[in-house]
Amino acid sequence: MSLSHHHLNTNILPTLSATIPTPFPLVFSAPIVSFLSFIFYSPLSLPSSPPIFSPFPSSLPTRKKMATAFSPSKFAAQPFPLNTTSQNNPLTIPTTASPFLGSTRKLIRLSSSSNLNIRRRSGTVVAVSDVVKENKSKSTLNLLITKEEGLELYEDMVLGRAFEDMCAQMYYRGKMFGFVHLYNGQEAISTGFIKLLKQQDSVVSTYRDHVHALSKGVSARAVMSELFGKTTGCCRGQGGSMHMFSREHNVLGGFAFIGEGIPVATGAAFTSKYKREVLKEADCDHVTLAFFGDGTCNNGQFFECLNMAALWKLPIVFVVENNLWAIGMSHLRATSDPQIYKKGPAFGMPGVHVNGMDVLKVREVAKEAIGRARRGEGPTLVECETYRFRGHSLADPDELRDPAEKAHYAARDPITALKKYLIENSLASEADLKAIDKKIDEVVEEAVEFADESPVPPRSQLLENVFADPKGFGIGPDGQYRCEDPKFTEGTAQV
Amino acid sequence: MAAIFQGVGAAAALSSLPSNSFDSKNILFSPRRSFSVRKAPSFVVVRSDGTMNLDLNPKGRRAQQFIANAVATKEDSSAASSSSKPGHELLLFEALREGLEEEMERDPRVCVMGEDVGHYGGSYKVTKGLATKFGDLRVLDTPIAENSFTGMGIGAAMTGLRPVVEGMNMGFLLLAFNQISNNCGMLHYTSGGQFTIPIVIRGPGGVGRQLGAEHSQRLESYFQSVPGIQMVACSTPYNAKGLMKAALRSENPVILFEHVLLYNLKERIPDEDYICNLEEAEMVRPGEHVTILTYSRMRYHVMQAAKTLVNKGYDPEVVDIRSLKPFDLYTIGNSVKKTHRVLIVEECMRTGGIGASLTAAITENFHDYLDAPIICLSSQDVPTPYAGRLEEWTVVQPAQIVTVVEQLCQ
Repeated sequence: MSLSHHHLNTNILPTLSATIPTPFPLVFSAPIVSFLSFIFYSPLSLPSSPPIFSPFPSSLPTRKKMATAFSPSKFAAQPFPLNTTSQNNPLTIPTTASPFLGSTRKLIRLSSSSNLNIRRRSGTVVAVSDVVKENKSKSTLNLLITKEEGLELYEDMVLGRAFEDMCAQMYYRGKMFGFVHLYNGQEAISTGFIKLLKQQDSVVSTYRDHVHALSKGVSARAVMSELFGKTTGCCRGQGGSMHMFSREHNVLGGFAFIGEGIPVATGAAFTSKYKREVLKEADCDHVTLAFFGDGTCNNGQFFECLNMAALWKLPIVFVVENNLWAIGMSHLRATSDPQIYKKGPAFGMPGVHVNGMDVLKVREVAKEAIGRARRGEGPTLVECETYRFRGHSLADPDELRDPAEKAHYAARDPITALKKYLIENSLASEADLKAIDKKIDEVVEEAVEFADESPVPPRSQLLENVFADPKGFGIGPDGQYRCEDPKFTEGTAQV
Repeated sequence: MAAIFQGVGAAAALSSLPSNSFDSKNILFSPRRSFSVRKAPSFVVVRSDGTMNLDLNPKGRRAQQFIANAVATKEDSSAASSSSKPGHELLLFEALREGLEEEMERDPRVCVMGEDVGHYGGSYKVTKGLATKFGDLRVLDTPIAENSFTGMGIGAAMTGLRPVVEGMNMGFLLLAFNQISNNCGMLHYTSGGQFTIPIVIRGPGGVGRQLGAEHSQRLESYFQSVPGIQMVACSTPYNAKGLMKAALRSENPVILFEHVLLYNLKERIPDEDYICNLEEAEMVRPGEHVTILTYSRMRYHVMQAAKTLVNKGYDPEVVDIRSLKPFDLYTIGNSVKKTHRVLIVEECMRTGGIGASLTAAITENFHDYLDAPIICLSSQDVPTPYAGRLEEWTVVQPAQIVTVVEQLCQ
């Protein structure tokens, strides 16, 4: 990880944001500016001018390294134009407080980038002003969030992290089985987006859905019970890790096959539009968020739904959680054009790229995208650059990913970053945050206890809920509907 | 051998059945034929030993203990066709449209989505005129993306609408198999009952007239093991409208199988609101000697064969099973208990088709009542060829049915 490339990239940053007062570099970084200008971007003028956030010519060193390590050399030469300002973001500077540094410090030293060591030693504020040549004012008026919002975001992310860590523990203790996919590292996206939604807005996710359900409001007890397969789970134990549903909180799943949820999300958005236009419920402005990964962006269902959503201007936001890996398949090896956000304009919707390790940036982009959808302006494709700290699932040995890459992202832990932001901007004190940590620990512990004590589903539950109308089980030889046979629910009837 | 003396009523009824030259072509070119197959003939059977049986309207009437259906059922009685109102005549696709239109008027949440359902009026004109009446959003012309718009229908159903997804040809819904199998059938269960999916997936399938292999598919065999869905097949304008309405009112996901060659069948149907029960089978022709179970287009091949059989002195009981999943084991069982011989005539392929499942179900439940092994006549396990003669030989023809019944009844 050499710094030279970082400085190269900073040349572009002041140009774009020089005229905008930037109290804090993370606020008005390039993608936000370009995105804000892009919302006035008319799809009709697509062929003529390239979007403002077209790729920067230089490539990120880390990505390049990954490219050479895992793909043919031609990929190394290809510019990888993801937003680079994140590199300059002080939140990305590793602090000694990060738990991950302890394990990776050796690796960093071995890679002989002494610049990095200097960076780490110099701490926070000074390095920021070195890297980003702007004035910043610390007036609270220019801050992105209030104290309450900040604490809410922090709590949500810590809940996600603590819950997933507890899941890992419980899995290895044999309390839950099967495929469990953990969300560690990606919390900024879930929190950044879902905390802006109302209860009636819908969320559709993939198999990595525990934290989406938690952010949307499903209680930790219900999710943990579901994982344990108990009858008090949010889906009565019938769904499991990959199928989290909640009617009350409008979590529409939880899908095991990638891409499968995107049409369902499109349908939920269609209902919203239908209610407004056909059923004449004028105040219906429900938005749907569809979360999925980089691997899904090569799937037909993704493209088909982008087309339909843009065609009918459905109130949906497509959120790509690009963590670069689909189990063991690197995004660069699987995709002809790895810049997923560019695929939005091809269908006539804005495509935005954002640093998914930074919850505040994600939140800003989310506000715009969700606002667009609510106003009826149509869908948006948001690509969040993020990383999963753990393997694909608890069964994945995770041997394929470069430790240096893992270290790079571990250093940009979204929770640590937000914590730093809150403390530096005097929005919260160390004590406040510690209190939240403790509270969340208790919540998660309690969830495990609740799940442990909950009953397993009885035999009679096996045939319940197969049909909404159980007459669908048909008419038996005796002329009665099978569901009316008292032995049916006991599970002893023959079906 | 029994000689059958037919009463006047029977003659009238039988003469209205398809003529000997009945074949698929006639349906397309002579839409004015009317099929009042529900009327049962009354006749006298003289047995070879000289005893006589007077069978007056032997109907497999459902026992009174049967609990009333949730949806209002039209009684399978001879009064149906001669009901208080004279009714009106229409073709099968018009009956489907009528059913759909009535339900759309009745419930504003009912919407249609599919390829060419809106402005074009549907590839078989089932949705003609509906877009002008209800608007482009309620009768949605989708792009050609079956998997995604079926998934969209499922998402809409989960969030409160009652969509009808039309596959332009049932075979195209193979592209939507992911959504139908994984989401349509399963989400009610995997969500622990939180979300219902009141969707109707419909479209024309079956072997047409030289449409080629890919347009002549029978998807009922592929979908039958998906848990959580119901499958029904319509065969007459009366049950087409009834089943369409019942499917739309049902909270379960229902797949309604129509047949390409049956769209121009004409029949007189009642004016009043009626519904056909989704789980019930239809007694087409009561009889004594053999039970013939069939559905969709094969019903007509069977009825044609039945005419020949009756002339030869046999008395087949024909049951249109209508509900492909779940089977109406009550009607089927009663029939088996009466005749002790079963012949299944279907258009599915031999392997893994509806007939295979039905054979298993009957063997499991009614083995003791059988006097002979169940015979299942299905289409050949070949992709449907284009050549007309070859295509004829892939599906079951009336002559084969006659031969098999003669063998069975020996």
